[in-house]
Amino acid sequence: MAVFWGLLSVFSVISLLAIGGANAMLPEMHRQLVELRGWLDDATFSQLYALAQAAPGPNILVASLMGYWIGGGAGLVAATLGMLVPAAAIAWVVGGVTQRLAGHPWLKAVQAGLVPVAIGLILAAGLTMAAASSGGRFDGPGIVWLAVTLVSTLFVWRTDFSPLWVLAGGGVLGLILAS
Amino acid sequence: MESPPPPRPSKTALFLTYGKIGLVGFGGINAWARRTLVEERRWLTEQEYAETLGLGQVLPGPNALNAAIMVGERFHGMAGSLIAAGAMFGGPLVVLAGLATLYDHYGSLPAVDSLLGGTAAAAAGMVVGTAAKMAQRLKPTLGLWAVGLTSLTLSGFFRVPLPLVLLLLGPLGILAAWWAGRAREQIAAGRERPEA
Repeated sequence: MAVFWGLLSVFSVISLLAIGGANAMLPEMHRQLVELRGWLDDATFSQLYALAQAAPGPNILVASLMGYWIGGGAGLVAATLGMLVPAAAIAWVVGGVTQRLAGHPWLKAVQAGLVPVAIGLILAAGLTMAAASSGGRFDGPGIVWLAVTLVSTLFVWRTDFSPLWVLAGGGVLGLILAS
Repeated sequence: MESPPPPRPSKTALFLTYGKIGLVGFGGINAWARRTLVEERRWLTEQEYAETLGLGQVLPGPNALNAAIMVGERFHGMAGSLIAAGAMFGGPLVVLAGLATLYDHYGSLPAVDSLLGGTAAAAAGMVVGTAAKMAQRLKPTLGLWAVGLTSLTLSGFFRVPLPLVLLLLGPLGILAAWWAGRAREQIAAGRERPEA
């Protein structure tokens, strides 16, 4: 039970401190779970992160996965609630306010002004993912992964086909190259 | 070019759609949410989705969650928020628990490693392609372009922490959007009086 409340409080705080996606929360998660509390070791932490990345769904589910690893079913529930509930409450209030004030010139400016920041951040996340997947290498496997990334970029940008095709293609190519 | 907006989605449709977004959402849920909500269902315009996501970035917590809460709230109030967020997280949570068990047994196989590697490379491209598509369709003004490129540079190349990027660029973006809005109004008003 102590682990339940521990996980709940740790993830509530991380969720509210970290602005941005799962990647923004990662350093703080590492500090809390590995360095301060010793609930996970370094290797397990990275493996769980990679697993959550590969699975479908929001990457933030890495929190649920780590909760599960640390405290079983109760840990999963505690980590998930901690990560989602406080943030969801704030977003709900803000969402309601923007609905009521829709059309106010200053609100329009705030909303439209955050759009380019959001797009820039998405692009930055994509490039970070590309660098991580190629291992920053421009020879051997690294160049193949960069080519996959490039093809996938053009596919998603220039066509309306489902991205599942390139994701599956990338996975199959990986299998072929490894065998 | 734009077709008329479809009627407000029912709660069932909201649940099924967010359930699907969660379950297919490999490698970055926002790319899939945008594709489904804007291109397939047409519940939101490109601009509306981008604004919702932008607000979701500034608020604390996972931005995919924040966006789902706000989209749900827009159509069905609190019930809509709970439905959208619950559907988006519920399905994948079950899958992930299953995967964790499998990974425990087969994670050390090299084939699993290369499968994940190839998928990750393609997922990176999917995220980049989505950003490119959004930028192309939203036709930002010069000022907004500058803000977007700075945001990319600070976060992608200099690894500036996200809160700092938002604190720095949020006000600049708002200023740029404000100017763009005023310029549009002045053109619409027939340029009664040029600004000094």
